[in-house]
Amino acid sequence: MRFFERSTLRSPWLLGPLGILVVLLVWSLISLSGVVDPLFLPSPLAVWRAAGEQVQAGILVADAIASIRRVFLGFALSAALALPLGIAMGSNPLICRLLEPLLGLIRYMPAPAFIPLLIIYFGLGELPKVLLIFIGTFFFNTLMIMDAVKFVPQELLETALTLGGRGLPILTRVVAPYIAPQAIDAYRINMASAWNLVIVAELVAANEGLGKRISLAQRFLRTDEIFVGLIVIGLIGLLIDLGFRAVLRRSCRWAS
Amino acid sequence: MHLSVNGVSKSFGDGRQAKLVLDDISFSIKSGEFVALVGSSGSGKSTVMRLIAGLERPSAGVIALDGKSVHGPGSDRGMVFQKYSLYPWMTAAQNVAFGMSLQGLPRALVRERTAYFLEVVGLQDAARRLPKELSGGMQQRVAIARALAADPKVVLLDEPFGALDLQIRESMQEFLYQLWQRSGLTALLITHDLEEALLLAQRVHIMAPRPGRIVRTVEADLDRSNLAHLRVSPPFLELREELVTTLRNLDAAAS
Repeated sequence: MRFFERSTLRSPWLLGPLGILVVLLVWSLISLSGVVDPLFLPSPLAVWRAAGEQVQAGILVADAIASIRRVFLGFALSAALALPLGIAMGSNPLICRLLEPLLGLIRYMPAPAFIPLLIIYFGLGELPKVLLIFIGTFFFNTLMIMDAVKFVPQELLETALTLGGRGLPILTRVVAPYIAPQAIDAYRINMASAWNLVIVAELVAANEGLGKRISLAQRFLRTDEIFVGLIVIGLIGLLIDLGFRAVLRRSCRWAS
Repeated sequence: MHLSVNGVSKSFGDGRQAKLVLDDISFSIKSGEFVALVGSSGSGKSTVMRLIAGLERPSAGVIALDGKSVHGPGSDRGMVFQKYSLYPWMTAAQNVAFGMSLQGLPRALVRERTAYFLEVVGLQDAARRLPKELSGGMQQRVAIARALAADPKVVLLDEPFGALDLQIRESMQEFLYQLWQRSGLTALLITHDLEEALLLAQRVHIMAPRPGRIVRTVEADLDRSNLAHLRVSPPFLELREELVTTLRNLDAAAS
């Protein structure tokens, strides 16, 4: 049910910031009232100061870069391999029959459960973290792209055939552009898991990174620093999401 | 150019469940001819077209283009579908250019021919528009230009105006007829609309359903100097009436 028609709200875009503002206000009131021990709930101001300290010490930016780099490497690998494999599975029934049960099975294995194995195989460096993100997103990316390929209209493929098109050019020039919006959207959705997994990986073992910072803060009961970590993680995730949306809008004008 | 369909049958499914959808179809088209296949739904007329395009294989019989039997699709047989066949991410010009670019023609030539064929269908001003920004009739004109630009020996039109409003349909029929006269293309039109077939085609094959077969062939030797006039002229209406009755009786017998 809709209580408000769009036209009755003069600036609907204000609602989003308004929601955030309300939460900030409630948070401030609770910490000001002194009901909750500041050790458990630091005030917004304390969190802001903690963030300032971390920025000045150069930790926050270094942590963010470390985490973003892992996500980027793992996800780029996942996205780059998922595209051709998803297209192959979606367009060739034999490949699909062969791989779909396997991928469907691995997809339901929680990626964090691979961490012990990855540490045994690759130690504590960057590689196991990047691979964790790959494992956690590759199968979803592939299966979502495969589904998109299966819904490419038959007419578009048959038209290409009657225009003199053949196998590979049809995949690259008809199938790939047609599924581009869905592929970008699949990436956007699965990026959220990549971002989750990097934090999990860093909680387990890392020298730097936003997840590492949170687990260190826990050891010293620095809830203000935990809050900083959480908020920064959320903000970066939101920015990435907005980035994907912008790419989608700009590159696939035809689909909107 | 000579396209011959010789004793072609098609059944779907295997063994006992096999269903015969086309039974012993034979006809041919020569260069510059405009031929139509008319039938109600279920008469297998679209299957005939898909067989000629090479998108399906006949169960029996031979389809040959200039003596060479057809195996699979190729750019010598262009096709225009009823709808949804333009590439939505390409502009009108890119759609028209697509076949030529798939065939690896030099860029300058592709550009030149694209401009030419857009002008042939009267859409030179819409070159940079996306399909969703074009009306249904304009979209079908782009599809026709795209088929022609790939330089086919015969153009297969599968209910090309079936999704359009009646008014636009009539102007598109005029457009197609004039295009055929000017460019000397060879066309095979599939339609359920008897009037459309008689109006445009010199020869009309009438198909009956279950199984699909040609039951009658009409040489529509009419004066087409003015289509709007022809539509309401007594000889045309008489012929149409007679064939409508034929079709109706066939459907009644089949069901």
